[in-house]
Amino acid sequence: MQAVVEHSPTPGASARKGKGAGFLLLSPAVLILLVWSLVPLGMTLWYSLLNYNLVDPTLHGFAGFSNYWYLLTDPDFLHSLLNTFILVGGVLVISVGGGTLLAVLYDQEFFGRGIARVLVISPFFIMPTVSALLWKNLMLHPIYGVYSAMMRAVGLTPIDWLAQFPLLTVMMIVAWEWLPFAVLILLTAVQSLDSEQKEAARMDGAGPVAQFRHIILPHLGRAISVVVMIETIYLLTVFAEISVTTAGGPGVASTNLAYLIYSRALLQFDVGGASAGGVVAIIIANIVAVFLVRSVARNLEV
Amino acid sequence: MAVKTKRSTQIAVTLLGWGIALWLFFPIFWMILTGFKGEVEAVSSPPKLLFMPTLSSYAEVFERASYWHFALNTVVVSVGATVAALLLAIPAAYSMAFMPSKRTRGTLLWMLSTRMLPPVGVLVPIYLLARNTHLLDTRTGLAIVDMLTNLPIIVWMLFTFFREVPAPILEAGRMDGATRWQEMTMVLLPLALPGIASTALLSLILCWNEAFWSLNLTSSNAAPLTAFIASFSSPEGLFFGKLSAASTLAVAPILIFGWISQKQLVRGLTFGAVK
Repeated sequence: MQAVVEHSPTPGASARKGKGAGFLLLSPAVLILLVWSLVPLGMTLWYSLLNYNLVDPTLHGFAGFSNYWYLLTDPDFLHSLLNTFILVGGVLVISVGGGTLLAVLYDQEFFGRGIARVLVISPFFIMPTVSALLWKNLMLHPIYGVYSAMMRAVGLTPIDWLAQFPLLTVMMIVAWEWLPFAVLILLTAVQSLDSEQKEAARMDGAGPVAQFRHIILPHLGRAISVVVMIETIYLLTVFAEISVTTAGGPGVASTNLAYLIYSRALLQFDVGGASAGGVVAIIIANIVAVFLVRSVARNLEV
Repeated sequence: MAVKTKRSTQIAVTLLGWGIALWLFFPIFWMILTGFKGEVEAVSSPPKLLFMPTLSSYAEVFERASYWHFALNTVVVSVGATVAALLLAIPAAYSMAFMPSKRTRGTLLWMLSTRMLPPVGVLVPIYLLARNTHLLDTRTGLAIVDMLTNLPIIVWMLFTFFREVPAPILEAGRMDGATRWQEMTMVLLPLALPGIASTALLSLILCWNEAFWSLNLTSSNAAPLTAFIASFSSPEGLFFGKLSAASTLAVAPILIFGWISQKQLVRGLTFGAVK
């Protein structure tokens, strides 16, 4: 505490004492994050090696790698792993691709642009359970949903989206939540582009497509990497949207890794098996994180 | 000719801009609208755009005394987690912004990497730890977890904002005999207040909408609005009027917050990488 209250008369002393004070001010946050990231990780690793079921006390003892073996040979696991990648990849493509185009669109001057922008980014602020219920019931319900009514109005048979295309529909709901986020970030980046530069390019006879490819797109690199990083963090663990709409079904058609582990742990009470799944999820996230942190670190001036 | 093309482009841009905006906003608009319908009208086929508005759905949602219970839980957990996170993050960000060392960059990236630990990977131990410490289904327990999940992002954002405060101003204060504590509270905090406010706002939004831990760590006592809304999934979800009224109540405060603060949010969320 001493270093915090003392003030330093000379610059040299300031630097020296600064080190102690800096450490002291930084350490609470670092310590608590260290505990938060290491203790549960250690416990997950340990549980994953045990026979441990919350409702079956006869199952106990060291299991070795049998939980992993059981998990990795389970077709449900491979299916949910694939679903996880499809979900993350699909939403990233929709939100980054669509977000870039919409950012350019909402950069143009037009009547009521400010209000239109506010409407576009609104879905980002809607909580996942609300947006899932909203789409499941009010929009896509095969009998009462607005989309079904529209299809009937033009003479088509309404589709029971969540039953027939569960994963695709969940992907669309999640994309609806995250596209606005991409627009929000990318629009800011497009706006920061020097308007003189755009003007000069137009004077040189560059058409809209050429302007987009050679001036706007290169400028968006950083913003896109920020969007990809933040979205990936959240998309790897999409949970509420699945839990509320399909509960992972039918079968495991819309189960991702997060939902699989949840159902093993809190529905089947299989702590050992769920922990093994958790370890696998952490390993996958770390592989992704290494690439992401590297690319973002390159793009951020720290 | 050129003028004509320009005008038709202008019309196309306007139509496209408004068309897409209305299409993306439509589900929210419809939710707000349905909240003012009676249950019969809410499921009428074809759906009605014009109807006699009624507050009966809202009245029913409020009648379940529980709504306020959930709303209070959300407010207490979000505010508690945000205040706690700021108390930890402000000193840390101050230290990294004004007393950087060789390890600062590494520390920041490491903090960000803890955020990449998927919550589901540690669901089992956190659940068991909460159960064994009697923090399961308590507001304190949920607030602690929310605070920890958001802490890395909050430190990053504050760091970005603090770095924009010119160091000479702080040094001038120190020359005048200000202690570190005075320097932080009386010089830095007022200067960085807008940044701190938008950081707090983002933290509130993230906590308010947090669903994974809310659904898994709470059941009745501490369940926030996310869990309250999830309880409508079936079979109550078929009461579209009530569902819409409750949903509107759950998202309205944060939606308005978001509208007001969108510009500051971008700066914060991109760690200053996008200006």
